[in-house]
Amino acid sequence: MEGATLLRRRVVWRVGTVVALRDETPRAKTITLDIPDWPGHLSGQHVDVRLTAPDGYSAVRSYSVASAANDEKRVELTVERLPDGEVSPYLTQELRVGDLLELRGPIGGWFVWRAQQTEPIQLVAGGSGIVPLMSMIRSRATARSAAPFRLLYSVREPEAVFYRDELQALSAQDPSVSITYAYTRATPKNWSRPAGRIDAALIAETVWPANVSPTCYLCGPTSFVETATGLLLAAGIGGDMIKTERFGPTGDRK
Amino acid sequence: MSSYSDDYLDGNAAAGELSNLFAVDITAAEGLCSHCGTARPFAQAHLYMDGPGLVARCADCENVLLRLVKTRQRVLLDLRGMAYLSVNLT
Repeated sequence: MEGATLLRRRVVWRVGTVVALRDETPRAKTITLDIPDWPGHLSGQHVDVRLTAPDGYSAVRSYSVASAANDEKRVELTVERLPDGEVSPYLTQELRVGDLLELRGPIGGWFVWRAQQTEPIQLVAGGSGIVPLMSMIRSRATARSAAPFRLLYSVREPEAVFYRDELQALSAQDPSVSITYAYTRATPKNWSRPAGRIDAALIAETVWPANVSPTCYLCGPTSFVETATGLLLAAGIGGDMIKTERFGPTGDRK
Repeated sequence: MSSYSDDYLDGNAAAGELSNLFAVDITAAEGLCSHCGTARPFAQAHLYMDGPGLVARCADCENVLLRLVKTRQRVLLDLRGMAYLSVNLT
């Protein structure tokens, strides 16, 4: 009967109501949506958002769910505004509480973390690639999982960090969640590591070693994911332990 | 190294579009490349979305696994690059 269950799980377009908007950074906003027929999601899944203009022109973009897997008929998306974006400027600047948004999902059964997983987890985020990984960290807390998590979060500058206070709180109250920031353009004062891209030395210092067989989730721009995958492979982690989610350089995650 | 552009995404990114056609999640399904014989989850394919349709290529040999083009009235799906798709029902 499993098959029958799967067959019913068709992904359909739904309508959500914006119930809250929160600034994460000057360029990124978290949108909370109430979706009465939301079937629930797994952490790591995404939704497609569709905007339709009065003349019928429509544009679809994918955004990762930021909120934990739970039973609520509610999801949070964090959207970063891209200067040439077709969809993200609307979502981050025009959208108001009470507006309706059309979306399809939850989507994707590969780049997901489930609470039954007990093995060490390595998360590697590039910029707004933190969003689906945050869902995993939140789901871990919601499910009271003891799986040891490490997050390596590569970000331009301190002001561009998403969820800073929450990440701080989650790692402070649970020694099994550790977070490393890698700043690429500007660091906080007295930061030990100069600004720069992630490299083999940082991976060796902060990422789970290959001998504990971590499952790795990498999300970020294509070039970042490419680099990070190469570094993990070079550190001896098996390619079958690495799951990736890339988003395009132009993109509004496509 | 690669003869194609580096501007690709993962098979994951096609999940929404493919959900119009398939009743199950194809990204977690394993596809066998008809060219090099490697079997991988479709999520690991390299996905090119900057053309008029979607093109998924094998992550190992770059063979075209899937092409999907939408017109106003129809969706065209070419799957000949995959010898099979194996779907986990559990």
